[in-house]
Amino acid sequence: MGTHESELLDVETLREDFPILQREFNGEQVVYLDNAATTQTPDPVVDTIADYYRNTNANVHRGIHQLSQEASIAYEEAHDRLAEFVGASGGREEIVFTKNTTESENLVAYAWGLAELGPGDEVVLTEMEHHASLVTWQQIAKKAGADVRYIPVTEDGRLDMHEARDVIGPDTAMVSVVHVSNTLGTVNPVAELADLAHDEDALIFVDGAQAVPNRPVDVEAIDADFYAFSGHKMAGPTGIGVLYGKQHLLEEMDPFLYGGEMIRKVTQEDAQWNDLPWKFEAGTPVIAQGIALAAAADYLDDIGLENVQRHEEALANYAMERFAEFDDIETYGPPAGEERGGLVAFNVESVHAHDLSSILNDHAVAIRAGDHCTQPLHDVLGITASARASFYVYNTRAEIDKLVAAIDDARQLFA
Amino acid sequence: MGMGSDMYRQQILDHYKNPRNYGELEDATFSHVGENPMCGDEIEMHVKLDDDEEEIEFVSFTGDGCAISQASASMLSEKLQGTTLDELEAMDRDDVIDMLGVDISPMRVKCAVLAEKVAQDGADIYKGELDVEKTKTEE
Repeated sequence: MGTHESELLDVETLREDFPILQREFNGEQVVYLDNAATTQTPDPVVDTIADYYRNTNANVHRGIHQLSQEASIAYEEAHDRLAEFVGASGGREEIVFTKNTTESENLVAYAWGLAELGPGDEVVLTEMEHHASLVTWQQIAKKAGADVRYIPVTEDGRLDMHEARDVIGPDTAMVSVVHVSNTLGTVNPVAELADLAHDEDALIFVDGAQAVPNRPVDVEAIDADFYAFSGHKMAGPTGIGVLYGKQHLLEEMDPFLYGGEMIRKVTQEDAQWNDLPWKFEAGTPVIAQGIALAAAADYLDDIGLENVQRHEEALANYAMERFAEFDDIETYGPPAGEERGGLVAFNVESVHAHDLSSILNDHAVAIRAGDHCTQPLHDVLGITASARASFYVYNTRAEIDKLVAAIDDARQLFA
Repeated sequence: MGMGSDMYRQQILDHYKNPRNYGELEDATFSHVGENPMCGDEIEMHVKLDDDEEEIEFVSFTGDGCAISQASASMLSEKLQGTTLDELEAMDRDDVIDMLGVDISPMRVKCAVLAEKVAQDGADIYKGELDVEKTKTEE
């Protein structure tokens, strides 16, 4: 391709793992720039799912037969693999498989929040939280009679850390923050926020849905008490999310969902809980998805998360540079040239984000338009909707050029 | 790259850029507002009925949002003049899409039907058959 991204990643070769990128609409090859919503799934991960169903499929932890043993071992080892992927030295006991990041948030909010929060307690959120974190804690705080406070966002799309020191105080019981904003692209100083929380004997929950897919994450270096992410945003399948929790916290918590698999002994009157992490995985769990997510972790480690991070940041900055050529494009979040996740939210002055997305679709350019599940942040920004282009390992500068050309087409249509 | 899209034919763009009957209506019989919460489209329809309160004499609208929602409100304001409340009540999604004269992609249907739903809810509220402050389009 002769462009800078080839210095970091062999994008041409990587793209061969994603046949979906060869699809054409209206005679134009798809330009997939909606990766913050979901990433495409490479062949090795798809093959893992197919291979599991073709050769190993069985329920886990209950059959004495060979297939069940193989499925159980692969499923358990997938927990170890994900623990290693995010630096959880406690291994599988600190890794719960859920449905998605949202369910991971709900698990902690219900199992820890309802038990521990009460009147006088404060849950600290940020103005850039995704609804997964914001709505969950807002509602659990209401049920518990606790208050919610927000760390504000500065003009240039960062958390106001000066304010954070005031907002996080002696009444704070939980701080729930997004690691990388899905709208602003801001990379938040989560380790610093963890220190602030711990200084007040509060816990910190980090929403890593937009961080784990594209940068090395070490939950212990952050000192996160809980850390959540989703499979389908990191080259893995839908239907699986991960909750990391410090072992002693998960041990102290009651279960979130009840049923089979999560119990050790049941009588007519009572039940005892299974060991970690199974205590939090009621019912038949996400077996194929868990095993496939471990394959996605392998795939990303083969590329190297540092390389993914540099590639994405280079693409995001290139998009910022191209957008800066036009007076009628407003972008949100940190300015060009500064650290950001691989996404840019923007508006074109004369074209509503939904119209823009529809017109880009006619050019086979896939972006997201709407509020990106951050309505309170859009209120702070004073807008109702925005368009968002988000990148992954297989995207190129040439695709960003196509995006910019398609935006120009929309602009002319609405001129 | 070819200009344009099936959804943005000249008529839609014309109504979006030059909305008909845009503005408040001082002697409106009823006004009602609605929004498309996911998009931020907001439309208020103002309807003036004749003395028998059956025929629609005049319709205006205010609001802002995407081209599909605004063009739909503009075209509906013209279409409704001289029709009856019963005819308004009988309108459905297909009538709106016929009126727009373009294929509306599934994700954009709620933008297209916002004005119609607002006018219908406004009429129902006026007749005392409905009690909502604001119409919200659902999937």
